[in-house]
Amino acid sequence: MYVAVKGGEQAILNSHKLVAEERRGDAAVPELTLNQIKEQMQLAVDRVMTEGSLYDRDLAALAIKQAQGDLVEAIFLLRAYRTTLTRFGETQPIDTAQMAVRRRVSAAYKDLPGGQILGPSYDYTHRLLDFALAAEEGVGEPEAAVADEAVDDSIPRVTDILNHEGLIEEELAFGDDGPVADLTREPMAFPAERDMRLQNLARGDEGFLLALGYSTQRGFGRNHPFAGEIRLGEVAVEFVPEELGFPIEIGEVTVTECQMINQFAGSAERPPQFTRGYGLAFGHCERKTMAMALVDRALRARELDESIEYPAQDEEFVLYHSDNVEASGFVQHLKLPHYVDFQSELQLIRSLRRRHDEDHREAAE
Amino acid sequence: MEAPASEEAGKMDPAQAARQRWMSVLAKAQLSELESAWKEMPQKPDFDWLRAPETGMVMLRARTGGTGSQFNIGQMTVTRCALRLANGSAGLGYVQGRSKRHAELAALFDALLQDGTQAADLEVKVITPLQAQQISRRKEASKKANSTKVNFFTLVRGEND
Repeated sequence: MYVAVKGGEQAILNSHKLVAEERRGDAAVPELTLNQIKEQMQLAVDRVMTEGSLYDRDLAALAIKQAQGDLVEAIFLLRAYRTTLTRFGETQPIDTAQMAVRRRVSAAYKDLPGGQILGPSYDYTHRLLDFALAAEEGVGEPEAAVADEAVDDSIPRVTDILNHEGLIEEELAFGDDGPVADLTREPMAFPAERDMRLQNLARGDEGFLLALGYSTQRGFGRNHPFAGEIRLGEVAVEFVPEELGFPIEIGEVTVTECQMINQFAGSAERPPQFTRGYGLAFGHCERKTMAMALVDRALRARELDESIEYPAQDEEFVLYHSDNVEASGFVQHLKLPHYVDFQSELQLIRSLRRRHDEDHREAAE
Repeated sequence: MEAPASEEAGKMDPAQAARQRWMSVLAKAQLSELESAWKEMPQKPDFDWLRAPETGMVMLRARTGGTGSQFNIGQMTVTRCALRLANGSAGLGYVQGRSKRHAELAALFDALLQDGTQAADLEVKVITPLQAQQISRRKEASKKANSTKVNFFTLVRGEND
């Protein structure tokens, strides 16, 4: 028998109205503007763009406002919007060596060409609540210090300049004419190659990757990592329009890049050397890119002939569970009506219980 | 057609290099800057759309470790359009974001800049100042970053001969 259940429509409509009212909050407090979110919640915007996998600050700000600041919900909104847009093609690979650097640090080398540039960082703050920010009159217009000179035009990557002895593995551009895995067009397939893994990790949930990266440090996949370099800044985006046939710059994006350097004892094919893990994401998101680099390195276990013993090294485990849009959908679908499923389970439990009771009675007699 | 920029650069003709430069400047300009440059234009040419403004996405590529094999990092919104002026000159706009007006103005200037009679004038009045603005904004951010550069010094401990 099939029973259609109706009657939720009005309740749903009214729930939407209630959400709208709650989202607005106290009407005596001025409404948030997208510009305020974009300008004063930049790091939330960055996370939503990275995991929503769409670089557009305005749309990310809108998603954050609409989701009442629930970033995973905002990421979902951005992913959903993305499916309404046509794709014009793929860009030329961005060149992080040509980045307009605003921050660049290395934990492996103290003195390096281009220097250690702290940039805007919370690393050296005391993590004490700053009540000046709570003051009624606001903070006014804080001014940054300005040096006489700009930083060098292009600062070479640490991994490219400090490798005279060849002790750090090189990343070489193989397969430039071949296809590049694209999860927006094809499902995950295993074994997953590094292009597919990096795309998955780039849009993967920060919390999940952070925990996995942390697990490798605590002994669940020992990799002995050093932060070879972390850099933040703007890179040009070059695209070859079909009408032109040559590349033009169509804009620029802010990215954070992390080059992790890991100890490696060598294998049958490779001499002992430092191996690398890579993290790259939109906006300023160091925690994310560092975690990504740790997990990227852990997932290279198969390629480097390491034994796969821990969760962070298991590509199916990592790649199938990193996406918070999928994860959140599957966990939260449990809220949807399962009335019929539950009724059938109830019947099953009742009959099992009857048999159990009868068996016990017989045993007692 | 898909040759990387560096490979193209060797055999690039000067006209193409000039167009690449102004298209980049127009794409990276702020809409308000383009609007005021457009307002200054004594004559606004008529045009027909070859491709009406359309917002879509491009997939951004990156390289493993910065130098290795390519992978897809995520997408970016882009708006494009193409138009033809009454004099036959065709202009193309490809700009980051979702502003149709930005793409339209970029395409209009692109078409006008290909017209020999106006190019030199527009180069001086529009492209050079826009580019100067972009360089100055970048430089300002860079000087602020440079103020956070660490100057290590070593404390000498103990006495050496």
